Amino acid sequence: MNELALAIPWLGKRHPAAARWVVVAIALGAPLIAILFGKTWVRILDFAMLYVMLAIGLNLVVGFAGLLDLGYIAFYAVGAYTFAFLASPHFDIHLPFWIVLPMGAGFAALAGIILGLPTLRLRGDYLAIVTLGFGEIVRIFLNNLNHPINITNGPQGINMIDPLVLFGWDISRPVKIGEDITINSLFLYYYVFLAFVVLSIILVQRLQISRVGRAWAAIRDDELAAKAIGINTRNMKLLAFSLGATFGGVAGGLFAAFQGFVSPESFSLMESIAVLTMIVFGGMGNLAGVIVGALALTALPEVLRHVAVPVQQAVFDRVILDPEVLRMLLLSLAMILMMLLRPSGMIPAYSRYSRPELVVGKAAGEARK
Amino acid sequence: MITLLDARNVTKRFGGLTALSDVSLTIRKGEVYGLIGPNGAGKTTFFNVLTGAYVPDGGELVFNGTELPSGKPEQVVAAGIARTFQNIRLFRDMTALENVMAGHHIRSRANPLSILLQTRKAKEEERLITERAFELLRYVGIERFADTVSKNLSYGDQRRLEIARALATEPQLLALDEPAAGMNATETARLRELVQTIRHDGVTVLLIEHDVKLVMGLCDRLAVLDFGRKIAEDVPAVVQKNDAVISAYLGGHGTAGAAA
Repeated sequence: MNELALAIPWLGKRHPAAARWVVVAIALGAPLIAILFGKTWVRILDFAMLYVMLAIGLNLVVGFAGLLDLGYIAFYAVGAYTFAFLASPHFDIHLPFWIVLPMGAGFAALAGIILGLPTLRLRGDYLAIVTLGFGEIVRIFLNNLNHPINITNGPQGINMIDPLVLFGWDISRPVKIGEDITINSLFLYYYVFLAFVVLSIILVQRLQISRVGRAWAAIRDDELAAKAIGINTRNMKLLAFSLGATFGGVAGGLFAAFQGFVSPESFSLMESIAVLTMIVFGGMGNLAGVIVGALALTALPEVLRHVAVPVQQAVFDRVILDPEVLRMLLLSLAMILMMLLRPSGMIPAYSRYSRPELVVGKAAGEARK
Repeated sequence: MITLLDARNVTKRFGGLTALSDVSLTIRKGEVYGLIGPNGAGKTTFFNVLTGAYVPDGGELVFNGTELPSGKPEQVVAAGIARTFQNIRLFRDMTALENVMAGHHIRSRANPLSILLQTRKAKEEERLITERAFELLRYVGIERFADTVSKNLSYGDQRRLEIARALATEPQLLALDEPAAGMNATETARLRELVQTIRHDGVTVLLIEHDVKLVMGLCDRLAVLDFGRKIAEDVPAVVQKNDAVISAYLGGHGTAGAAA
């Protein structure tokens, strides 16, 4: 849980316990603060949680195993469409989420293996191009599989997807407490997503500090040397692809249930790149960095959208730059500054594939920076 | 003495160039076996064939009585042969400890599911691996750098770490590719001690080396390669006086003393 504390580096280094509590408080209290600015902001937080899950999953592939994947959003799509197929009026199937979500994860993992198998020998740029193609293929399939048999409903997408129902409790309906307090479903979704994020963090961290995590890092650092110490690079790469995809699949299923609607345009190349940007921005290979990156890059454009228009109107009496244009502009600027000033991200990765403190009498763990 | 590795007529060609031609040699259990020869003699090629990086064009390698799989490095490691590289190849961004722990990969068996669930067995194995890795770092003498990211280690310590990582795979034969390259006299002396300790602890060592002094002092027996052929194989004292070896090294005008 040290990573938790390091999400606030300046505090985390000196008072890890305090930093940990601050992080927990922020995580739990965020929607309560967001609601002060309007419901939209809680919604944005919900999406931020989904992006955090995506970033965690992609980080496993790119940050840990060093396999540059530009088509990661395809797994998100597989999860979302699995949910849409199996829990909507589209095929008139309404399976409960605890069946559909694992199925989505399973299909995404399968898709990960399908992508992994032919690309085992590729590295770097070459791998990036193939994965990019894979992502586009999935999207184009979704777009066109409405003919001759209608499977995906094409560009119109699938709507009226069942919401999450936890133990008979539909969390898309507001909860009334007493007479005048109602808890909006956006809040409920936030806490459900947060639970999934926390679970993802725990699972990924367990993988990182294990023989599997070390094997991935070994392949990333030097594939030939990894082979020379007996690591089966083929299996380990496939494992990275499929496990990474699983997180995407789960996030996709949650996305479908949350939105109640999926269409191919949600899974464009730009989305893949956005998730990759979050990782690079936050600090590739570092869980805390990746999470901060995902939160920052989900929130910043929204802040901009809400600030840019009023500010421009106040200063120039009219809107000169469309927020959408400004968004890309500032995002690129942020990336360039980042690469110049902090090339390894906001919270740079430090090696964490072991727990020396496991061995009695070793204080090595405390000396870590 | 028992034969550990029996290379029979190993041949490897790259296009028109025959890098290894009919090389046969026998390494006995418990010895330090040297493989020397001028640049381009085929030493590293032999290494790569032995460790499964290359598929030989002819011949076979029998290790512990069974034929080694060719072209499958991870199976060669499983069989009990570990190697280091001429140009050090560590996992740069991992700490020294983690490098050695990664070396334990093939001798540990926790699967992804048991890791995700953190079963008692998986936890116990992780603790054991950590402990063993510390022991190995101590063994090669760099325990105090356990937490240092490996790319920040000094050159000599990187070499030691690579040896520790190779030892972590629990090999019967440790193949060192020019371990003394780039080392100063003190570092070389310490390396010699380390190799002797390793041999003393029951691991057979195959040593490729340019430093003739080190080879002559350390090896029980050695083979000399020249243009892909084995031109001599014997104890150092005999090899030193071999005319073919002297001419290979010195172009035919040298004396035995100069070769040593």
